[in-house]
Amino acid sequence: MSIVKEFTKGLWKEIPPFRLVLGLCPTLAVTKSMENGIGMGLATTFVLVFSNILVSVLRNIIPSKVRIACYIVVIATFVVIVELLMQAYTYPLYQRLGIFIPLIVVNCIVLGRAEAFAGKNTVFASAADGLGIGIGFTISLSVLGAVRELLGNGTILNINVMGPSYKPFAFVVSAPGAFVCLGLLLCLMNIVGDLKK
Amino acid sequence: MTDYLLMVISAIFVNNILLARYLGNCPFLGVSKKMDTAVGMGMAVIFVLTMAGVVTWFVEMYFLRQSGLVYLRTIVFILVIASLVQFVEIFLKKSIPALYAGLGIFLPLITTNCAVLGVAIINVQKDFNFMQALIFSVASATGFSMALVLFAGLRERMALSRVPGPLEGTAIGLITAGLMSLAFLGFLGMA
Repeated sequence: MSIVKEFTKGLWKEIPPFRLVLGLCPTLAVTKSMENGIGMGLATTFVLVFSNILVSVLRNIIPSKVRIACYIVVIATFVVIVELLMQAYTYPLYQRLGIFIPLIVVNCIVLGRAEAFAGKNTVFASAADGLGIGIGFTISLSVLGAVRELLGNGTILNINVMGPSYKPFAFVVSAPGAFVCLGLLLCLMNIVGDLKK
Repeated sequence: MTDYLLMVISAIFVNNILLARYLGNCPFLGVSKKMDTAVGMGMAVIFVLTMAGVVTWFVEMYFLRQSGLVYLRTIVFILVIASLVQFVEIFLKKSIPALYAGLGIFLPLITTNCAVLGVAIINVQKDFNFMQALIFSVASATGFSMALVLFAGLRERMALSRVPGPLEGTAIGLITAGLMSLAFLGFLGMA
């Protein structure tokens, strides 16, 4: 039962980057299109799940004084795996995400979950937590990516939905637009959260 | 010489690491509520980023590329940065306690600042030579600190004004950052 709870909390109650304001750099940088958002979200989910599992398995062996360094090594290992996998199988996506794939190492969400959850809980609970937070992050990135792609380009997943007469709103896909869109989405989430109470 | 000058202007204003390259946004929103913490963080970043940029450059050129281990770049760089931060911390504690006390909690936090790893990776991806890597690191760090301090100033003012309920906190912070980024976009024609 509690495993289900660990999983679902990542989907609304602690959904990153809205509820947990961590991992903003990839959120802002790769969400020019929905496809990039999904790709980045899935890569992060992969790292989150496996680093959570490994940290949880090793939690009684790692000395608490050097735990952060150990967590970083674990995370970096999985990031290198993702990097190599993406280079082999999804090269165009790998090129578009560019520097932000290696930067998953320093995504505070991953280290934050290792420190706050996986270091203290059982393997299954940690895997569920990693999967939940990862999927929550993927959803956030996809939604933000979809909004920006729709307004800035008139397409969703490269399919034109706004018709040929639509004038793209280029501000949304530029750098300032990323900040403003994320801020407005966060505001919208706060309004919905208040209504639910 | 003009090349280097252009590089500095480009890294500080045109391609500001925070507002145009989107690196290091967590500390940007996290520690920008007060001016003095922002200044502390800015100083710590200038210090560590410059050292990390130089050290990782040497590691890449004289170790990774020589031995064909470039695919391990991410893991090696983060280890170098983490140990560098640890080393700087110990060194400052012993020899310059005043600076250590000033930087305080921000020093360990820098390990997970993606600006540091980001600049290190950009340095080697663009095949910079040593001078270029050094200048790019210093300029990027300066750009980071400048944006952070400016933003902290804005946020201190904002704390005094009334913000609509759902926009409070991070949401209004992000929108302000967006407006700042828009202002920096104006430098685009310069370099």
